[in-house]
Amino acid sequence: MPSPMAASLPITSERDLRLDLFRGVALWLIFLDHIPQNVVNWFSIRNYGFSDATEIFIFISGYTAAFVYGRAMRERGIIIASARVLRRAWQIYVAHIFLFTIFMAEIAYVAATFDNPLYAEEMNILNFLKEPDVTIFQALLLKFKPVNMDVLPLYIVLLLFFPPMLWLLLRQPAVALAGSALVYVLAWNFDWNLPAYPNGVWFFNPFAWQLLFVFGAWCALGGAQRLEGVLRSRIVLGIAIAYLLFAFVITLTWYIEPLGRFVPVWLSDWMYPIDKTNLDVLRFAHFLALAAVTVRFVPRDWPALKSRYLAPAIRCGQHSLEIFCLGVFLAFAGQFIISEWSGGPLMQIIISLVGILIMVATANLISWYKRMEGRGLTTRVKPPDADLAGGDA
Amino acid sequence: MKSAIAIIAILAACLTGAARAAPPPEQCDVPPSLIDSDVDLSRVTNAFKANHRLDITVIGSGSSALPGPDGARSAYPARLEAMLKQRFAGADIKVIAHARSKETTATMVSGLDKTLADDKPMLVIWQAGTVDALNGVAPEDFRGSLDAGVEKIQSAGADVILMNMQFSPRTESMLDVSPYAEVMRVVAEQHGALLFDRLAIMHYWNDAGTFDLYTATKKYDMAHRVHDCIGWALASQIIESAHLDAVRMQTTQ
Repeated sequence: MPSPMAASLPITSERDLRLDLFRGVALWLIFLDHIPQNVVNWFSIRNYGFSDATEIFIFISGYTAAFVYGRAMRERGIIIASARVLRRAWQIYVAHIFLFTIFMAEIAYVAATFDNPLYAEEMNILNFLKEPDVTIFQALLLKFKPVNMDVLPLYIVLLLFFPPMLWLLLRQPAVALAGSALVYVLAWNFDWNLPAYPNGVWFFNPFAWQLLFVFGAWCALGGAQRLEGVLRSRIVLGIAIAYLLFAFVITLTWYIEPLGRFVPVWLSDWMYPIDKTNLDVLRFAHFLALAAVTVRFVPRDWPALKSRYLAPAIRCGQHSLEIFCLGVFLAFAGQFIISEWSGGPLMQIIISLVGILIMVATANLISWYKRMEGRGLTTRVKPPDADLAGGDA
Repeated sequence: MKSAIAIIAILAACLTGAARAAPPPEQCDVPPSLIDSDVDLSRVTNAFKANHRLDITVIGSGSSALPGPDGARSAYPARLEAMLKQRFAGADIKVIAHARSKETTATMVSGLDKTLADDKPMLVIWQAGTVDALNGVAPEDFRGSLDAGVEKIQSAGADVILMNMQFSPRTESMLDVSPYAEVMRVVAEQHGALLFDRLAIMHYWNDAGTFDLYTATKKYDMAHRVHDCIGWALASQIIESAHLDAVRMQTTQ
């Protein structure tokens, strides 16, 4: 039996580097996924199963939010902790609006330079430039969200409702988790979602996705320890691996058309569509299986976590908001380069690699700023890891 | 190399003014896997065998038509008709196009009964999804409309081809059509309808260098050639899936 490892994610003051590592990798994958027609996308986990980097990102965000603000709530009370959560939500809102501005610039450029009668219909997407008064207001209200800009609004809403949820999680974790699951079920039954502009609903339904966020928070506040026995069981591991294989085979049929005929009709009737908007149960289960297998084979004290090869991903994961926004911007920029100059596979690989390098360099730069500022403020007495843990939930 | 040859071929075709004629297969080349399907257009087969007649109705939005003076003649429904007529000289072939720009799938379904009663088609080619994506119609609602429409068409005794969106690389970062394409794939599969994967086919043409779909232009010639090729690929798929094998067109490379 390997060390009691993995499964245990106790509430300690030491940051679990696995979280930073996987969040960093998730940020890279989100960046890659956001460049359409990218050959490098074949590395992305969404091609090998039902869930994708978004699940990892939201789960770890819930985990770290509980880790950071849970301690704040215990030590300094509900008011201070809530205020910090809300300040974080505000920062994310500002970051989202900044990205929206960049997006507007891109659209305005395309509208001014691109014309082709073949795409007369598709060009209607640029119509919203004709009524910026409406569009910009709707964007400020988080109702108008351009492509690939759905994650941050979800994050904002999740944080807005996090203080009371955190309060409950600290007192009655089981009740809190059950309540979250209930909201998820009710959202499915009654089609709850937030409205979007010009019509429709949010691409990531907050009523559904909160389950993953709260589950992450629950794990951070002792839930992972409670699950330890379950995670150590060979049966659970077997089921998780079997499910991952099943999902892999099903995903293959999406890309290799002739394989599709081997999927029985009853199965596809039951299974499809696998709904991303409402965090389909199959996706949630896929994430759980992935997580169960991961904590089994990547222990908390895995030596490689300290190695310099994993340091770039960990750094990115430690500054998730900045790196996420940068990734969205780089995806815009990369796509712009592909459409203006060249879109060959070589160019796609170069853009992907350069993008990740820029993300890593920026993460290092942010760390440098934080260290420098931390050193300057002699009055601030903090444990060595607190600025990471405190700043980046 | 291959794309260079294709570009030279297209340029040569443009220079000689031959671009608007029935395209030689290598110009619209599509891998067979994008055309082949398990689905049979059995109603088309039976009707065509019995009385050499083929009435096709095209329902669609703006991308089933082309602007400009030659628009109607150059859009893929007219090209499809021309190619089928050329192929089956003795047969009575008619393609009626109902392309209305800005029409969502739900609106198309509401007018479907009348169209089916008027046209009495053996085959309905239903192009959908773009307007729904533009208007942000929830994919579930899109799916509901599509389900209802396909059932209506099939119970009226016609075969169905669902045609998905155009591959439009310039608007891709603003307009994500993939959830809608996925819905169409699932609906086609569940109803035994044929999917004409315009998205994948145009994507292939772009990658292969057949067409540079990033090109900004006010001219119509490229749009005409793309529609020509769509008409040709559709004709190939219909002939293939309705087993009109005797007159099967070449789809291999």
